Amino acid sequence: MEPFVYRRATDPQQAIALLAADPQAAFIAGGTELVNWLKEGIAQPRALIDINGLRALATIDAGPAGLRLGALARMSEVAAHPAVRRAYPVIVEALVKSASAQLRNMASMAGNLMQRTRCPYFRADAALPCNKRTPGSGCASLRGRDRHAAIFGWSESCVATHPSDVAVAFAALDAVVHVRGPAGERMIPFEEFYRLPGDRPHDETTLHHGELITAIGVPAAPVAVRSHYLKVRERTSYEFALVSAAVGVDVDGTTIRAARIALGGVAPKPWRLRAAEAALAGRPFTARALRAALDVNAFAEARPRRENAFKVELARRTVVRAMIGLGATA
Amino acid sequence: MHMTNEASGAGPASAPPALGPGPVNITLTVNGQPHAVTVDPRVTLLDALRERLQLMGTKKGCDRGECGACTVHINGRRVLSCVTLAVMHTGGEISTIEGVAQGDHLHPLQAAFIDHDAFQCGYCTSGQIMSALALLEEIRRGEPSAATADVAVTSIPLSEDEIRERMSGNICRCSCYPQIVASVGQAGAATAAPVGGS
Repeated sequence: MEPFVYRRATDPQQAIALLAADPQAAFIAGGTELVNWLKEGIAQPRALIDINGLRALATIDAGPAGLRLGALARMSEVAAHPAVRRAYPVIVEALVKSASAQLRNMASMAGNLMQRTRCPYFRADAALPCNKRTPGSGCASLRGRDRHAAIFGWSESCVATHPSDVAVAFAALDAVVHVRGPAGERMIPFEEFYRLPGDRPHDETTLHHGELITAIGVPAAPVAVRSHYLKVRERTSYEFALVSAAVGVDVDGTTIRAARIALGGVAPKPWRLRAAEAALAGRPFTARALRAALDVNAFAEARPRRENAFKVELARRTVVRAMIGLGATA
Repeated sequence: MHMTNEASGAGPASAPPALGPGPVNITLTVNGQPHAVTVDPRVTLLDALRERLQLMGTKKGCDRGECGACTVHINGRRVLSCVTLAVMHTGGEISTIEGVAQGDHLHPLQAAFIDHDAFQCGYCTSGQIMSALALLEEIRRGEPSAATADVAVTSIPLSEDEIRERMSGNICRCSCYPQIVASVGQAGAATAAPVGGS
């Protein structure tokens, strides 16, 4: 691990100023990702700015318009919050299916969004080609193992998927990321928060250096109240998703008024199926209608790789099963 | 703040003190006792406990946040001491396996591990016990897990499914899982009052 200077920030403006002034500085919150990156040499910051003392960023507020989840709220705190449990089950289910209890007590909500791919080439102990880790070095997965890789949104530079579960729920619920930087505050719609890899796969979000995530906003909605997260993985617990689905539905009798569908484990970012959602409005809330909408409007665009064609059918079935969990009939 | 600044760097006027690079003096409060230690900012809490404070009960398994052997409590919450830095915890109350028994009187959970023969090599056991102590509190507080059928319900049974799911962050390579689950169930049933250890 390379040496660094450690500072404990006492207010957000000061933290932002410290980061903005030093291109080699990084924020640290829960540390569950960053400390491993320091050990592995994946990140080599010259200065760490500990933001855990910024208590104003750790609150969870729930009101009639929605949730405001402070950036420093821990995953376990959000999962245990009564209002989140009552009206946003997809968020709680995604959180409790993530990592382990110990890690959920440490990891902050903003840190969860900033976690990086679990692609084994990115995380390798030895130096292997990886454009995320060393820009320009190539992609070992492109001609190597790609069972874990994306089926949507990948490029010739990178085929990695994003590992967060709760980000998939946030994508489905039209969340916004509140950030503050040297120039002031702004809100980033969740679907614009992550970039697709293109030829710059190391540049993963639309955050600028010096910006600090302050909160995640989630609008209240019937699709949030009736929502579900289904995670398919190779162990029952403590494993990343092969494929996951965050779904929500608003039903009038037996007819879909609105549907939300986002997939995890299949793309470099949570993959929202907007065309399928639009096709489902006014359709009966049945597995048959769901399959038809997904085939025409979602999976026709999938580009599976050598070893992961199974993800297309697995993702399709995962969405349908998640909706059956919300009451869809045959 | 218990920190002192030994190798100060210049910063903005309102900047907090720069600690490191190089040794810094901090105070860690472990099992109720303050300890002055000198650590580089790179030192994990796990290494500070084991190598500076000679508290060897907390084990280093994977050293990357995957196995649970290094589980301790900070301010009553179970965490992994290998993926956090010692300098980050000068204000926290840290509890380790050394603080669980009262003298020679074992905690009911420790006694249950012996009753059920819930270990072979024992390397993961202190992490298992620290994790399970917190698990019992989390269930009493009604916090949900992935085994909880309805996450809105706050009355959660101490079932085998709940114990297994909530202990999934602690790996036992001797595979004593059935005995560990039985031990946690016994201790949960035996301790009507909140369990200690944190």
